[in-house]
Amino acid sequence: MADLLVVTNVTKRFGGLAALDDVSLSVGEGEIYGLIGPNGAGKTTLFNCMTGLYSVTSGQVLLSGAAVQGLKPHQIVTRGFARTFQNIRLFANMTALENVMVGRHARTRAGVLGAVIRGARTRAEEAAIHDKARELMDYVGLKNKGRGLAGHLPYGDQRRLEIARALATEPRLLALDEPVAGMNPIERRQMGELFLKLRAGGVTLLLIEHDVKLVMGLCDRVAVLDYGRKIAEGEPESVRKDPAVIAAYLGGEAA
Amino acid sequence: MDIFTQQLINGLVLGSIYALVALGYTMVYGILELINFAHGEVTMIGAMVALTVIGVLMGVAPDLPGLMVVFGGLLIAIPACMALAFGIEKIAYRPLRRAPRLAPLITAIGVSIILQNLAMLVWGRQYVSFPPILPRGQHEILGAHITDLQIFIVVLSFSLMAGLWLLVERTRLGRAMRATAQSREVAELMGVNVDRVISATFVIGAAIAAIAGVMVSAYYGLAHYYMGFMLGLKAFSAAVLGGIGNIAGAMLGGLLLGVIEALGAGYIGDITGGFLGSHYQDVFAFFVLILVLVFRPSGLLGERVASRA
Amino acid sequence: MQAVHKYLGARPRLTLVLLAALLVILPFVVGAGLGNSWVRVLDFVLLYVLLALGLNIVVGYAGLLDLGYIAFYALGAYLYAWLASPHFGLHLPFWAVLPLGAALAGMFGVLLGAPTLRLRGDYLAIVTLGFGEIIRIFMNNLNAPFNLTNGPQGMNLIDPVSIGGVSLGRSLRVFGFTLPSTYLYYYLFLAATLLVIVIAMRLQDSRIGRAWAALREDEVAAAAMGINTRNVKLLAFAMGATFGGLAGGLFAAFQGFISPESFNLWESILVLCMIVLGGMGNIPGVILGAVLLTVIPEALRYLGDLQRATLGHVVVDPADLRMLLFGVALVAMMLFRPAGLLPSRQRKREFSAQDGVAEQEQADLYDARA
Repeated sequence: MADLLVVTNVTKRFGGLAALDDVSLSVGEGEIYGLIGPNGAGKTTLFNCMTGLYSVTSGQVLLSGAAVQGLKPHQIVTRGFARTFQNIRLFANMTALENVMVGRHARTRAGVLGAVIRGARTRAEEAAIHDKARELMDYVGLKNKGRGLAGHLPYGDQRRLEIARALATEPRLLALDEPVAGMNPIERRQMGELFLKLRAGGVTLLLIEHDVKLVMGLCDRVAVLDYGRKIAEGEPESVRKDPAVIAAYLGGEAA
Repeated sequence: MDIFTQQLINGLVLGSIYALVALGYTMVYGILELINFAHGEVTMIGAMVALTVIGVLMGVAPDLPGLMVVFGGLLIAIPACMALAFGIEKIAYRPLRRAPRLAPLITAIGVSIILQNLAMLVWGRQYVSFPPILPRGQHEILGAHITDLQIFIVVLSFSLMAGLWLLVERTRLGRAMRATAQSREVAELMGVNVDRVISATFVIGAAIAAIAGVMVSAYYGLAHYYMGFMLGLKAFSAAVLGGIGNIAGAMLGGLLLGVIEALGAGYIGDITGGFLGSHYQDVFAFFVLILVLVFRPSGLLGERVASRA
Repeated sequence: MQAVHKYLGARPRLTLVLLAALLVILPFVVGAGLGNSWVRVLDFVLLYVLLALGLNIVVGYAGLLDLGYIAFYALGAYLYAWLASPHFGLHLPFWAVLPLGAALAGMFGVLLGAPTLRLRGDYLAIVTLGFGEIIRIFMNNLNAPFNLTNGPQGMNLIDPVSIGGVSLGRSLRVFGFTLPSTYLYYYLFLAATLLVIVIAMRLQDSRIGRAWAALREDEVAAAAMGINTRNVKLLAFAMGATFGGLAGGLFAAFQGFISPESFNLWESILVLCMIVLGGMGNIPGVILGAVLLTVIPEALRYLGDLQRATLGHVVVDPADLRMLLFGVALVAMMLFRPAGLLPSRQRKREFSAQDGVAEQEQADLYDARA
């Protein structure tokens, strides 16, 4: 399997504190890759470093073989790497459909002049944005929910909408930060099905998740972070039995 | 006469006044992340109230020594400004603590306009002059003049700054203020009455501002309903220069800005070959502000404030 | 009233025709009813609508608080005066000067925006405020050693707009009617305003407009969705400044005279008030705000007469009350109706109604509250 994302020796310090300490991992094309670990282990920090929201202190992030560390978030999106947020960051006062339409920004071109003149090409592009957004809403299971304000969708739908918005950027790699947090078992299973559908559609998934059962059932490979270090990586079964992982989780539980 | 030394002295005097006003901006920003636009206007009200009281006192007791008269003015102006700031915070800012950032900033501008125009209605459009009742001795050091008033302003400013420093570092209230500035939520959990700390911050800033207002009107010999605007902007620039939210930074920034302005106004004619003159004095504060924000948004002593997540 | 509303609501084309007819005859109605001085007020209403629509792009669409907006108005006005007045002996035609002024202002918008846009919102407000003051101080003082602006006296004898040899600065006789200059400018300003309204509406409802809205809502998420936040912000700044420059040029030509006094901070704040009062981001709201805040101060003048009639003399000069009322309005609006008098109802637009009625009602409900 070709490696889509390669993280090499990434360290991120905030002041003196190392939130990430020499982390390396690689995600293959077409994989569902899980990132787990106790709270504060550095999972979201790693996401932020990979997607350009944080600059890495040292180390390298390669996407399809090209270095992306130091690029701006929007440049990384353009290269095919999209994400969602742990604490859902939708544009709450825009409609659900508009949220997804915003996701088309990087893949469309109309500028001020186009918008003002509104010629045939701009109108065609607008129509395409509209259609694509609608199609993605259907795809993630939000058919006919486009008109309401995003901020007033039920919680689970907001998570789905965030995924649709990310998909609108046409990612090859989609990073999901705790996409089933706060969902009930039925919703979780439905989300799991969506992830498999995404993978079948050619999107590689990188998943931060606390739900060990979901991760173990879904992921091809798993990495475990603890105190900013990677303490294990591999097939879910072998990782589950890793003494270091057990210690980290029990220790985390006891604290 | 040595122009450089003279401008340096003038700059330090003006700068210590800027520093006092800057303290009010920086303390409020440190705790609420709000630019209290109305702070300059509070300074102006302080000057106006004090001048009114001074006028009355001079009428009632013409034999009272000048310093006592000014002291009497301060005695009324300080609590007046404290009450004003308390009310402003309570009415205009407190209800908006959880609103988007734009909202309290807009009310702050609104309050500023209200105070300015109320002052215009009460005290008129004319300049109010500061009566010549303070000692007017003049001394010479290093080939430059320094007046009694200038010495007095600098000494009082530094004492006030030292006092505030002690208050913040050594008292229970100061500790609560620092805790609230770090994290309002955590401070609340630790039993700090955050509302009271915020009120106290506004009130302390206003007391200092009242004194600064009297100083500036004594120094220039006049007060005006519009004086708070420019003074406030410059003091804010000073706070940013020093690092907003940082009390030592406000003091340093104020002094530096005063010196930059005085030296700039003294030499700009020579530097530009007469193209620009000293009437550009007011521009320096803005250039300093813009340069600092662009190149070192954290200010000289502050933490990072540029856009964060 | 409600019946009329319902009747017209179902007939958008008729509404448009009626509105157009009203706008065409408005100066005559106003002139006959209130006197010709009110037609002049009408002209200023349109200028302020232009300004408010421009600032609305920056504040309302992109969520960037700009307190120095009037500086761009000043740049447009001064450029017009330099290129079309006896000051330098240049008398270029308005169709050349207006776009130049708009472009100059737009360029300054980018120049100011580029270094400052990574700052947080409230810092941006202060920097723009400083920029506005700097421009004003320079306009005030650049009469020596080289007389660029004529200092505090300002510049006068600025050429009026002249279209096809017909000067709008003088009365015009057509079909036995005499149209005073203020009427002629009314139509020019109306045309400019309609143009800007169309541009603003189309921008709002476009890829760029959505990017601005996203930026206003959540800058981090916007960046993570592939929006180049810096460029998009600059674009908002430049567009707003361009409209400001255009309005400035029109102002200079209309007034025939400009001085730094017209471009002080309070003008910036006045325009901001219009947006806040009317409803940030909502074009009808912004227009309403501009109309109210231009007309009310004029109407306040009658308060002076009223005082003279009832009390015998003027106790409080109504002009002094103007800013005070604006201040009160700003605070009150933020506390009690932060979305403005006409909050945005854009959610109702487009997206043809194939979703449930309940959902539409819900959307309206949120709009009213948001």
